[in-house]
Amino acid sequence: MESILQCRGLTKKYGNLVALHDINLDLPAGQIIGLLGPNGSGKTTLIKLITGLLTPNEGSILIDGFAPGADSKKLISYLPERTYLSDWMRVSDVIAYFEDFYDDFREDRAYDMLNRLQINSSARLKTLSKGTKEKVQLILVMSRQARLYILDEPIGGVDPAARDYIMNTILTNYDPGATVLISTHLISDIESILDYVIFLQYGQITLADGADDIRMKHGKSIDTLFREVFRC
Amino acid sequence: MAWKMNDTEPIYLQLIEKIQMDIVSGRYKPGDKLPSVRDLAVDAAVNPNTMQKALSELERSGLVFSQRTSGRFITDDSVMITNVRQDLAMEEIRLFFTRMHQLGYSENETLVLLQNTLKEDV
Repeated sequence: MESILQCRGLTKKYGNLVALHDINLDLPAGQIIGLLGPNGSGKTTLIKLITGLLTPNEGSILIDGFAPGADSKKLISYLPERTYLSDWMRVSDVIAYFEDFYDDFREDRAYDMLNRLQINSSARLKTLSKGTKEKVQLILVMSRQARLYILDEPIGGVDPAARDYIMNTILTNYDPGATVLISTHLISDIESILDYVIFLQYGQITLADGADDIRMKHGKSIDTLFREVFRC
Repeated sequence: MAWKMNDTEPIYLQLIEKIQMDIVSGRYKPGDKLPSVRDLAVDAAVNPNTMQKALSELERSGLVFSQRTSGRFITDDSVMITNVRQDLAMEEIRLFFTRMHQLGYSENETLVLLQNTLKEDV
């Protein structure tokens, strides 16, 4: 199968701390992939390496054949764990900003989703609740027609009803050929939409397999398996 | 609303069961057109690839067939549907007897109990 992301011997250290050790990974195109692991296992570090926000100490990354840089950033739509938008902006300002910035941004899609979630586009970001702000950011990210969507904790702050809508948004808005990489702790909420699952522990991949294959082999849900593997 | 799923079985198998059930129970009529993979996936809140896999399996079994350009349809072979219905019924019965056996009832005791229950309900 065609692969959208290739990591070879990827290692990242922060001083003496090894955050990722010798990661080898191929992500197939057209799948939804769960990047799962306990706190501090290296999920965000891996994502930041893929998005080019960090540089590895060793190893290489290719995104659809490109090393992280201007070319790869055109292909990746990234939802960071923290907000980077200025508080004084209105939702409509941010949409105009994205429209201006990304060739593949679809303004009509963004407004359509805002309407469905009943978010007022003339509201300033600082007046929005944490959950609503998260929804706005997810809408921005999913309104791009990217090859690779990377969502770092996309549903942490939103209520369960909105979570369902967001899962639905992800399902209906990614292009069939595109890949979605989702990092989260809320496994049971997303496990039914995953094709493929990666478990990360102490900076290493301990499991990488098809979601249904895991259920078949272990006879339990990914959520249950996670709780067993990472029992404290 | 998402379809109800259990935790342990692979999702595609559960999707197959659910669609089989919808066919057998008459929610889909013989010859009906199925919604698109994407619509079904959104409805069930599952990954489209998983739904695709389930539909391919159903196609292999013959219960569903696809027409190159116009989509997927339920078989109009009503004998096949009746057979699937019977298979599902047999499965339920076997499961029931297994459970009763675990509770310590012999087949005969189970049958007597069944008859008594039916009489009470009438």
